[in-house]
Amino acid sequence: MTTKNGDHLIQKPRKNPLRWPIIIALALVYIWAFSGVPFTGFKETAGQIMKSIMAGIFSPDWGYVYLPEGEDLLRGLLDTLAISILGTVISAVLCIPFAFWSARNMSKYRPISGSGKIMLSFIRTFPEIIMAILFIKAVGPGSFAGVLALGLHSIGMLGKLFADDIENIDFGPSEALLASGATRMQQLWFAVLPQVLPGFLNYTLYRFEINVRSATILGVIGAGGIGTPLIFALSTRSWPRVGIILLGIVVMITVIDLISGYVRKKLV
Amino acid sequence: MKNPLESGTRQTARPLPPTRTKHVLTALLILLLLWGSAVQTEVSFKELIEGFPNMLDLLREMFPPRWTYFDNIVDGMLETIRMALVGTTIGAIIAIPVALLCAGNLMPHRWVYYPARFLLNLVRTLPDLLLAALFVAVFGLGPVPGILALAVFSVGLIAKLTYETLETIDQGPLEAMTAVGANAIQRIVFGVVPQISAAFMSYVLYTFEINVRAAAILGLVGAGGIGLFYEATLGFLEYDKTAVIILFTLAIVLFIDFASTKLREKLL
Amino acid sequence: MIELRQVSKVYPNQTKGLNNINLTFEQGEFVAVVGLSGAGKSTLLRSINRLHDISEGDILINGNSITSAEGHELRMIRRDIGMIFQSFNLVKRSTVLRNVLAGRVGYHSTLRTIFGRFPKEDVDLAFEALERVNILEKAYSRADQLSGGQQQRVAIARVLAQEAKIILADEPVASLDPLTTKQVMDDLKRINQELGITTIVNLHFVDLARQYATRIVGLRAGEVVFDGPVAEATDERFAEIYGRPLLEGELLGEVSA
Repeated sequence: MTTKNGDHLIQKPRKNPLRWPIIIALALVYIWAFSGVPFTGFKETAGQIMKSIMAGIFSPDWGYVYLPEGEDLLRGLLDTLAISILGTVISAVLCIPFAFWSARNMSKYRPISGSGKIMLSFIRTFPEIIMAILFIKAVGPGSFAGVLALGLHSIGMLGKLFADDIENIDFGPSEALLASGATRMQQLWFAVLPQVLPGFLNYTLYRFEINVRSATILGVIGAGGIGTPLIFALSTRSWPRVGIILLGIVVMITVIDLISGYVRKKLV
Repeated sequence: MKNPLESGTRQTARPLPPTRTKHVLTALLILLLLWGSAVQTEVSFKELIEGFPNMLDLLREMFPPRWTYFDNIVDGMLETIRMALVGTTIGAIIAIPVALLCAGNLMPHRWVYYPARFLLNLVRTLPDLLLAALFVAVFGLGPVPGILALAVFSVGLIAKLTYETLETIDQGPLEAMTAVGANAIQRIVFGVVPQISAAFMSYVLYTFEINVRAAAILGLVGAGGIGLFYEATLGFLEYDKTAVIILFTLAIVLFIDFASTKLREKLL
Repeated sequence: MIELRQVSKVYPNQTKGLNNINLTFEQGEFVAVVGLSGAGKSTLLRSINRLHDISEGDILINGNSITSAEGHELRMIRRDIGMIFQSFNLVKRSTVLRNVLAGRVGYHSTLRTIFGRFPKEDVDLAFEALERVNILEKAYSRADQLSGGQQQRVAIARVLAQEAKIILADEPVASLDPLTTKQVMDDLKRINQELGITTIVNLHFVDLARQYATRIVGLRAGEVVFDGPVAEATDERFAEIYGRPLLEGELLGEVSA
């Protein structure tokens, strides 16, 4: 379907005029980014260490799994698990008022929910590891600081997800309760809560999966969990021990993901 | 008939209430977990309350932030963004074949996609900071181990989101491609890519947001970026400088989140 | 007894919902309010239990003004007025029994309903209400597992458990098929006759109103244009009210089985 001079009868739709500027800008950004990376100067031992770690993973220090005098793998993992469970529960409870505060349909005036949303995104942006440093100042190094850091940081994400759920509720049941003479609290309890509860639990479990991962590394700054012995093993180059700790973390998180995924599937 | 509700309607058998054993057991289990976790992590609200003034002191020392320190950390921040960008890009490229391998509707046999998914899940158990600590041990200090950690983490996240989306695509175009005699590559290029590209770009941007936050703290384990400066300032108790780092990071992260969210909205 | 005295309602966008309505409903009446969509049926009903505030006039429920009531007093008046909605307004994820018990919350303090369990008399009341609408066996099913007609009967049971003296039903059958429509309307009629509960039903279908109600109120553009016994509500009168003959869509067809 072409005319004599080769033009198509139907013109192609015009492309976005900003197409080329965007591509060029992106290209420049990437040139800047990649050119700044010092891809040289690796440790000459890198390959050797990699091999050692691999060897460590395949011939782990089984003796470290359980030591009678303490400070072993099982206790480290248990500590990590405990930190994430408590941190998750604390944030799940604390985020509820934040969620109602920042849900648009729970307050008459837009700035109220808006300020709640800003608050939540501020909390979310503040990394848990930095929060842990602050809490260590308060309660000293140890698992409790980790619990508090996870508990506070997770409010940001959970609060936002909960608020989204609250914004999607059906107001019919609330209205029915209002019509039968219920107070505002009774409406929340009997009409709003049952609607949002499954979502709350689902998100809480999801956040728990994330928190277990975060808790494995809190030890880097002294906030408890398996991270402390891991960093120690890395710095003392005891690769078999690094191997067994990595193995322990991978197994624990896989098992938790399976359990949590199963429960979450049943919730919906 | 003033109140016939009370008269003679009780003969018909009421259905038996469902058993509550399951709920009671679940509640008990959760309480047990919480109690055990509290013991394990040595939760002490006394310590928290007593330590609270210390935390306030620390916050007070942060203000007013020492703004002049800003000049020292601009380079660190640029390196952070660079790490996130390069790490996300490398991860995104590797994620494409990985996601295809994991997609049950594109791979011919379950012995391809089951092992692929298993490996992907293993990779996803390790958080970015832990990966960075490992890579620092292998390659030495600097941004390269950070970039590698972010790349591995990105593969895990992007590949998972993408393969889950791949499994929901419309099979029609694929059948049509088979019908016109396309080979496997052609089927993917013409039948799959157009359906998935917007979602994929959206996942890459989302991962980039997460990676910027992560890159800001990777320095804590020596993997480059602005995180290095936390150690420096906190070690010398120069909290007013730490405040500058935190605020600068917050501003950058919020800006990137905002820009990325806007872009994602346009994509979908 | 419900009295509406010179009730007017103007919406914020200046449209008139109700215009100088004067009506009195006696104890035990079964009143159908008919009119086209937008005639003000729903506004009228929702003004009676003050889900909508009125702009002028006064509404008295058994001699108490709901217009000026606040807080506890308002809740006490509302407790005696049950409401049934077009979309049932059940908590879908809760059990039927819990939905019915929710009708009892007005009788207890907030703390008691949240922490304590309902007293045995309330549970008995709930079961009896469920039996009255013939879905006793569904008591422990989740509300979203029930059909539309069954859900509306749960909503009726909720109002019964509430021991309401007045039932307001806002298009209770609009989302139901003809057969379940008949069951729900039969339930409402039976409850009205057996318990003497004043019942005011908004209906889109004129013939349904004639079949069940003892009195019909016709609304047009927020004004009462007909108020009288069923016998007077002939097709000819409605043709006058609507300014044209009744259309196919305003008649449901014969539903008596």
